[in-house]
Amino acid sequence: MLNAFLCVIRRDLLLAFRRQSDAFAALLFFVIAAALFPLGVGPEPAQLRAMAPGVLWVAALFSSMLSLNRLFASDHADGTLEQLLLCAEPLVVIVAAKTVAHWLVAGLPIVLLAPVLGLLFDLAPDAIGVLVASLLIGTPVLSLLGAIGGALTLGLRGGGVLVSLLVLPLQVPVLVFGAGAVGAQTSGLGASAHLLLLGGVLMFAAVLAPWATAAALRIALD
Amino acid sequence: MTLEAAQLAGARGGRALFSGLDFTVGAGEALWLRGANGSGKSSLLRMLAGLAEPAAGTVRWRGRDLHRQRDGHLRELLFIGHAPGLKDDLSASENLLFGAQLAGAPVDASAVAEALAAVGLDRVARLPVGRLSQGQRRRAALARLHLARQARLLLLDEPFAALDQASVAALVATLDRLLANGASLIYTTHQPQTLAATQLHAVDLDAHRPRPC
Repeated sequence: MLNAFLCVIRRDLLLAFRRQSDAFAALLFFVIAAALFPLGVGPEPAQLRAMAPGVLWVAALFSSMLSLNRLFASDHADGTLEQLLLCAEPLVVIVAAKTVAHWLVAGLPIVLLAPVLGLLFDLAPDAIGVLVASLLIGTPVLSLLGAIGGALTLGLRGGGVLVSLLVLPLQVPVLVFGAGAVGAQTSGLGASAHLLLLGGVLMFAAVLAPWATAAALRIALD
Repeated sequence: MTLEAAQLAGARGGRALFSGLDFTVGAGEALWLRGANGSGKSSLLRMLAGLAEPAAGTVRWRGRDLHRQRDGHLRELLFIGHAPGLKDDLSASENLLFGAQLAGAPVDASAVAEALAAVGLDRVARLPVGRLSQGQRRRAALARLHLARQARLLLLDEPFAALDQASVAALVATLDRLLANGASLIYTTHQPQTLAATQLHAVDLDAHRPRPC
């Protein structure tokens, strides 16, 4: 089972490496979307600090959306998804592996870039630390919940828009707790409560989302 | 070992494709699914692979209901669908190696190289599949026949499509060898029948099309 899990991750990472433009496009979107806000609202540091958590989290959320409809769609188009479904390992293992690979390609780079963008918004070092921690816990949830949407909209026209409509409402708690953690840290309340809630959401999603995604894939391919 | 279909019915998008289908395929036997475009040949193959549920009826592999006992069936199944199941950005050898690893087959790079050589793709084995012709892609997909030694049930959707004459002859020889070794084969093709299997049956799906009300 572990072999199949690692095999799917290796395969998806190799595919992402061969198609670097896809990953870079989503990352570039994150940087540009976040960088445009200071240009639009002005260079007032206090204002930038206040809006930074929300802006960075919304940019991260939209950036992760960009790659969601490709999570299963390309495998579906070329027939490899059928081969994955016929693999003797449980489908939930395959789905979990693909979700981990998606996070490594689409989520982890956002976490690594966040400190640079935090500086752009004049965030204090401790707030940047909380921002990174909240993204580290929260971006896997974006991939986990996004995978459900990607599977549900498989083979549908306009799947990209539908994924957003399905998944964005589910991701509101992640946005609230993630941005709230940085805001609480900046205002001196401490971020632990928000981060713990975010961790709870991650646990919940990690346990349930792969099963829901696997079920959605079976329905989509039937 | 036998695959049995009883009173099988298939539908796609709410439209009935076929009904009342009964057949049995034993070890060393081949079943040719015939029918016009849209008659449900690919849908039937997907049903037999466990990818789709029948609208009615049952499919049994080794006496067990396929949709309840999937694990044993999957370990003995090789399904090559209408789409080749290959990633364009990976080479043919990478595609086969990942596929074999996922299937749990004890396959290494040399076995993959031998399989690709058997289908005449040894010189392009390291090229991305996206740069191969349709016929070469089909041959790369069919190279799985040389790797899945544990497969006892072969489900092939249009295996002869896009192949040149030499490749068709090589594929026929491979399928005959696998049948002689006890595998069961169910396949679709619009090409004239060329398999030399002694136990060759055919099912015409057009004859099982539901009558309009």
